[in-house]
Amino acid sequence: MSAPADERASQAPGIWRDALRRLRGSRAALGAASAIAILVALAILGPHLNPNRYDAIDWSCIAMPPGLEHAHWWGTDPLGRDLFVRTLLGTRISLAVGLLATLVSLLVGIGYGAVAGYAGGGVDHLMMRVIEILSGLPLIFFVILLTVVFGRSEYLLFAAIGAIGWLTMARIVRGQTMAIREREFIEAATAAGAGPVRILVRHVVPNVIGPVIVYATLMVPQIILFESFLSFLGLGIQEPQASLGTLIASGAAEMESAPWMLLIPSAVLAILLISFHVLGDALRDALDVGDL
Amino acid sequence: MPMIRYLLVRLLGALPTLLAIVTISFFLIRFAPGGPFDQARALPADVVANLNAAYGLDRPLWDQYTTYLRDLAHGDFGPSFRYKDFSVTELIREGFPVSATLGAIAIAIALVAGVGVGVVAALHRGRWIDHATIGLSVVAIAVPSFVLLPALGLLFGIELHWLPVAGWDPTSVRDYVLPVTTLCLPPLAYIARLTRASMIEVMRSAYVRTAFAKGLPLRTIVLKHALRPALIPVASYLAPAVAMTMTGSLVVETIAGLPGIGRYLVQGALNRDYTLVLGMVIVYSTLLIAMGLVVDVLIAALDPRIRLEA
Repeated sequence: MSAPADERASQAPGIWRDALRRLRGSRAALGAASAIAILVALAILGPHLNPNRYDAIDWSCIAMPPGLEHAHWWGTDPLGRDLFVRTLLGTRISLAVGLLATLVSLLVGIGYGAVAGYAGGGVDHLMMRVIEILSGLPLIFFVILLTVVFGRSEYLLFAAIGAIGWLTMARIVRGQTMAIREREFIEAATAAGAGPVRILVRHVVPNVIGPVIVYATLMVPQIILFESFLSFLGLGIQEPQASLGTLIASGAAEMESAPWMLLIPSAVLAILLISFHVLGDALRDALDVGDL
Repeated sequence: MPMIRYLLVRLLGALPTLLAIVTISFFLIRFAPGGPFDQARALPADVVANLNAAYGLDRPLWDQYTTYLRDLAHGDFGPSFRYKDFSVTELIREGFPVSATLGAIAIAIALVAGVGVGVVAALHRGRWIDHATIGLSVVAIAVPSFVLLPALGLLFGIELHWLPVAGWDPTSVRDYVLPVTTLCLPPLAYIARLTRASMIEVMRSAYVRTAFAKGLPLRTIVLKHALRPALIPVASYLAPAVAMTMTGSLVVETIAGLPGIGRYLVQGALNRDYTLVLGMVIVYSTLLIAMGLVVDVLIAALDPRIRLEA
């Protein structure tokens, strides 16, 4: 964040306009953004393009390979359920889960990090100590306890994963806030009589948003991968619902006899993850935030 | 002498952290619904009462907590609730060497290869080798291990007959290849990306330009001047990576049939095997804290501007 950000908001869009221009200049970023847009559109509309339902069993087409001559374009699973519809529905759930968990950790992380970084001193020390202790606990341990408590409510579960996955976000925001706290415009705001809450909300948070967005872009694929691990354990999305993770986990069991059951959802997951990574990298360059 | 003082202060400071972690985990798992003796067909109430009495679960929670801490201070993790006739100490002592060996080999390979690949990519920024590195690294991060390991097993084990798909003989190198490959690919890819990014940054700095202007060969500039500061982000990543990898991977150890400790954390938490899950949390967080200390010393060695101050 090199551009001077003063009281007047007119400066802030400048950074964003520059970033957007740089982003538009990058072919990789454009490709990644369009890939994500296409997948999101497919995830929302796709299941309606095909007459099959995600949980309907077609007894005449058990484990049918992909093909356009029949109604199951991407084939069927061992129970005869349509994989086109299930994969796109799984994409929708994986995306929703990734975004939801990221959003929650964004909110908690910004709040916690900004307060710690701005308060400094003993408060900061204590708050960082809490983060140190929490990051010493294995994430999967929390998550299993959460599945016990929240059970089958997937969205609640993933909101909870976000609520415990905010540690890195808080660290990043705290570091940024500590640097910003010393800048003149904060002093000016203080002199003008702004209270700590106003300074945090109006002056600190808008200036840490760059690195936060970059990290968030990289966090979405992490959560999606984590969900696939949970699904492998049987703790993620429950049947007959599907996520990319559950589809890949069940496809992996059939990879010898019916490779498409693994390859199709894997390909979608790979495209999604690669696109988010490329977009995150491009954003990092465009906003010039350095290493995270 | 300042170094010894620093280490002592840091180690003493780690004790309260560890105690807090143990305390939080103890009460979290105890307040979770269900218990270690739950089964599909419920046991008769008096059997459960007897079991609870035998394991001391009928005493007040605070009493159990202090007893657990006292035993822990003597190096006793308590009996496992699900692995009958095994203490958690025995389970971990038997399994940890397997997981730790595989994990250490995987991290060592990931570090050497990842740094190498990252440096080469950074020096050829924007060329095909750079794009290939970024592309492959994202794929390596994106492919879940429960897909990678069976796929490798299918190819090298079942089709080509080169390597065993599963099984464990600590003296047979062939048994290590597939699990170690699966374990090392994601950290390798991550380290390559970290190295590439920071190397590009360092190569742009003024002192590297000076070194070029002096006419030093590229080799010397990279190895003697640029690599050291470029490795700092990699060092910070090492602490969680080592703790994670050396405590074993549930997926890899289950699929490859390895007698490690990777499954105990998840299993213990699912079965409410209170002592087992606590034992695993302690192993993990101890490793994490110890590695954090090692990494801080390492970073101070890499960057002479950083002074170790406790």
